[in-house]
Amino acid sequence: MNLFELLANDYTLRVVSLGSALLGLVSGIVGSFAVLKKQGLLGDAVSHAALPGIGIMFLLLQTKSVEMFMLGALVSGLLATAIINAIVKYSRIKIDSAMALILSVFFGFGLVLLTYIQRIPNANQAGLDKFIFGQASTLLRRDIDLIFVVGSVLIALIIMFWKEFKIVTFDPDFAQSIGISSRKISYLLSSMIVISIIIGLQMVGVILMSALLVAPGVAARQWTNKLSTMAVLAGGFGSLSGLLGTLISSSMKKMPTGPSIVLVISFIVLISIIFSPNRGILWRYIRQFKNQLDINEDQVLFDLYDLARNHNNPFKSHSVAAIKPMKTHGGKKLKHLRSVLDRLRERGLVDRGQFDEWFITENGLNYILKHPMQKEDDYVSSS
Amino acid sequence: MSIENRFVVEVEDMTVAYHVKPVLWDIDLKVPQGVLMAIVGPNGAGKSTLLKAMLNLIKPISGNVLFNGKSYENQRKHIGYVPQRGSVDWDFPTTVLDVVLMGRYGHIGWIKRSSLYDKAYAMNALEKVEMQEFSNRQISQLSGGQQQRVFLARALVQDADIYFMDEPFQGVDAKTEKAVIEILKELRKQGKTVIVVHHDLQTVKDYFDWVTLINTQLIASGPVDEVFTDKNLRKTYRSTGKILKV
Repeated sequence: MNLFELLANDYTLRVVSLGSALLGLVSGIVGSFAVLKKQGLLGDAVSHAALPGIGIMFLLLQTKSVEMFMLGALVSGLLATAIINAIVKYSRIKIDSAMALILSVFFGFGLVLLTYIQRIPNANQAGLDKFIFGQASTLLRRDIDLIFVVGSVLIALIIMFWKEFKIVTFDPDFAQSIGISSRKISYLLSSMIVISIIIGLQMVGVILMSALLVAPGVAARQWTNKLSTMAVLAGGFGSLSGLLGTLISSSMKKMPTGPSIVLVISFIVLISIIFSPNRGILWRYIRQFKNQLDINEDQVLFDLYDLARNHNNPFKSHSVAAIKPMKTHGGKKLKHLRSVLDRLRERGLVDRGQFDEWFITENGLNYILKHPMQKEDDYVSSS
Repeated sequence: MSIENRFVVEVEDMTVAYHVKPVLWDIDLKVPQGVLMAIVGPNGAGKSTLLKAMLNLIKPISGNVLFNGKSYENQRKHIGYVPQRGSVDWDFPTTVLDVVLMGRYGHIGWIKRSSLYDKAYAMNALEKVEMQEFSNRQISQLSGGQQQRVFLARALVQDADIYFMDEPFQGVDAKTEKAVIEILKELRKQGKTVIVVHHDLQTVKDYFDWVTLINTQLIASGPVDEVFTDKNLRKTYRSTGKILKV
């Protein structure tokens, strides 16, 4: 395939792909906790709020330095978080409104700064706007090294504090009561969420970075009920979408990396939400449908049984017309009733006698007597 | 009733306020060793707040709590806690055994993982609450009563001497309620102290031997026979009516 030829021949692209896969891995793992702690929106607020920090850094330095930009982004992101928390604490404004408010104010200010910077005569400003949507090809070897070092530290912290992160995310009060400081662990986790956003800004951009944090965790949760599996799976989804997104963006002219990564991860999320076992929409729908059929079959079987009881003979046969009106919607669903009867016959619980009359078999009677809905005063034992 | 003159929990001058109005006002409370005590009061009386403030989860404006005459930090390993069932997200990706093992986290050191010993301990606790067959069950598939049993098992593996339980009978079936109270009585038999936030006035006399009545202020605290009187109950439940009239 064209993309992979490109990858084999192009050293820069290989380095950049590796970086994006790494970034996806880290943000997927850290993001799992953000998802479970319901802090996904915090990530979005922080990443949008990082933009003015980058602009101000450029104005101060008048030159492009990714490390300093990240520092600016970090300060500005943390400042926004602090303001959001202060608003919630000191006013009656709720957290979602506070986030929406601060996110847009900071982002708007960032855009104003960037527009201003475009107008000043300085050749170094080129590429600054790439921070909005991200551009993997602007990454240098140094930037990838930084992602690698910071990412390794973040993953090492997750492994070291696994127990603590797990219990504080699940039950912070209980954690506190056994001497694990929920406040400190939460603070550490939030800082790690912020840092994984900052290291991804250049690649994915301020607008879409939070998707790479949250989406892999959401997708992974669909497939597993185990926290460790979820984190590993989220890391895998994250790095796969980072890699594919970068390759797609590199193979198309002027295609920013953020949107292509987000499209890939969104596709993974969509597949996960629909097709995953147990939690998937399709699976639930099928199960619900199957349950309804089972219940319908039981209903018809009970009808036959009730009718037969009136004749003091549990195996007495009855015509379809006699069964139908009792519980299957007043004759509207004759066809449905027939298919239910056919399935019951396949299971060996009823059989068809002469003239389209149906009766319960020995197996069917046993099934009814063992059924949880069967009342105590059943016909057989009382006669 | 002969109670040793030894108090395992002592609360002094405790006042707690979230915003303006105090939720707890100048509470003084002494709990002797080996009692099964109910904290009783109307909605909003500060029952859960008192429990959380005693456990250092809420910072009081003033006041002091001592356990065996020492600070919470010092006695942490002797204290067990069952939070309200509704305070956590039961869709969290984990199993029953895993939740019970969390009760051992305070005993396991930093970075270390749960040992086989911890696991055997947790299984033993699950057996006590009759949930051993559910050990590998995903917690989102549990009923309310089963959730409560899991929380109780988690507290049992804490191997504590003083237990704090926040409404363990809230919204559970009769069978679970009976199983829970049997375990609490068993704990008392072992000389442990159990403090329970409780809602149901009907069962106080059957379940508990010690009771604390609060409504922001402490109304009375002592043996059920002496304290759980009509007069005291009227006093405890009186002020809710007052607020309604304003």
